[in-house]
Amino acid sequence: MSGADDEHLARLLRAAVAGDEKAYADFLRDAAQAIRGWARRWTIGGGVDAEDVVQEALLAAHVKRHTWREDAPVIPWLHAIARHKYVDAVRRQARRPTVGIEGLEDTLASVETEKARDWEIGRALEGLAPGQRSVVNAISIEGFTVAETAQKLDMNETAVRVALHRGLAAIARRFGRN
Amino acid sequence: MDTNDLIKALAADNRRPGLPMNTVWSGVAIGALVLAGVVFSILLGPRPDIAAAAETVRFLFKFVVTIALATAAFAAMRVAAWPDADPRKLVPYLAVAPALVVGGVLLELLAVPSGSWVTKLVGTNYLVCMTFIPLIGLAPLALFLLALRHGAPSRPGLAGALAGLAAGGIAATFYAAHCPDDSPLFVATWYTIAVLMLTVLGALGGRWALRW
Repeated sequence: MSGADDEHLARLLRAAVAGDEKAYADFLRDAAQAIRGWARRWTIGGGVDAEDVVQEALLAAHVKRHTWREDAPVIPWLHAIARHKYVDAVRRQARRPTVGIEGLEDTLASVETEKARDWEIGRALEGLAPGQRSVVNAISIEGFTVAETAQKLDMNETAVRVALHRGLAAIARRFGRN
Repeated sequence: MDTNDLIKALAADNRRPGLPMNTVWSGVAIGALVLAGVVFSILLGPRPDIAAAAETVRFLFKFVVTIALATAAFAAMRVAAWPDADPRKLVPYLAVAPALVVGGVLLELLAVPSGSWVTKLVGTNYLVCMTFIPLIGLAPLALFLLALRHGAPSRPGLAGALAGLAAGGIAATFYAAHCPDDSPLFVATWYTIAVLMLTVLGALGGRWALRW
C-alpha cells in the first residue's frame, strides 16, 4: 500500500465522518480489499478464515472510527485493527473444541462447496434480539434502504436507525467478549 | 452474510460516531482530579504544618516526582488508547519519574549520615501510605479504564497498567500533601509499592475490561 492509497482512503473517511454515506461505502469496500490482502497472508495454513477477519475488522473499524485522527494515516490504523481482530480469531479458534474429521473429508468438502459459507458474523447476527436482527437482515442481506426497511417492518426511520446501530454494536461487543 | 452485505449495513449506520478521544480525555482528567480530591479531603486532608513544610526542598520534591509520574503516565495512556500505538515511543515519558526518584535517593544518601538511612526509609507510618494511595487512586483508575474502553487499545494489559500508573501518580500527589515523611528514601520505597499496587490492579482490570 502506497502513500497515494492512504491519501485516497483518508479522503473517503473524512467525507464519511462528515456524513457522506456514499463515500463511506466506498471507503469500506476499499478497506475490505486492503484487509483481505493482509488477512490472506496471516491465515495461510491456519484454521482461521481470512474473510472472517475481514468482516470482524470492518465492524471493529466502524464502531471504533472515532479512534482515527483526521491528520493521521489510515492504513496503519486499519492494519492495527485488522491484526487485533486476527489475533482474536486465532484465540477463539484455539478454545473451540475440535472434532475428528477422519474419513469425513470428502463429505465435508462437498458440503462446503454446496452451501453458501456461513461467516462468524452471520452466526453472531442470529444471536441478536429479534427486532434488531430483522432490521440488520433487511438492510444487509436483503439490501433494503433505511426508508424501505421502515416501511416493510412498519417502524419509523429513526427506530430503524437505532435498531441497526444497536444491533451492529451488539455484534461487535460479542466478538470483543469471547 | 457476505462482506458486501455487511458493508451495506455499516454504511447505513451513519449515526454520529463516538465522542472524539480528546474530548473524553479532558473529561476524565477533570473527573479523576475532582474525585481523588474529594476522597482525599474526606479521608485525610493536608498535614497541619503544610505551610512550613512547603518551604522545605524534600516536601516539594515529592510533588515534582508525583506530578511528573501522573502527567507522563496520563500522556502514555492516551497514546495506548489508539489501536496503532507504538508502545516503545512511551518509554522516554515514563522514565522521567523513576530517574527523578533515583536522583533524589542519591542526593539523600549523600546528605544524611548512613546511621539514619533506615529510620528515614521506614518513616512514621508507611501502612497509611500503602493504604490511602490505592484508595485515593481507585476512582481515577475506574474512570481511566472507562475512557480506554471507549478507545481501541491493542494491548489491553499495558493500557490498563498505564491507567493504574496515572491513577497512582494522581493519588500520590494528593497523599504527599498529607504524608509527614518527606525523605526520598521513604518516597522511593513506599510510594513506589503503593503506585505499583494500582498498576497491577490496572493491568488486571485492563485485561478483563478492555477487550474489543
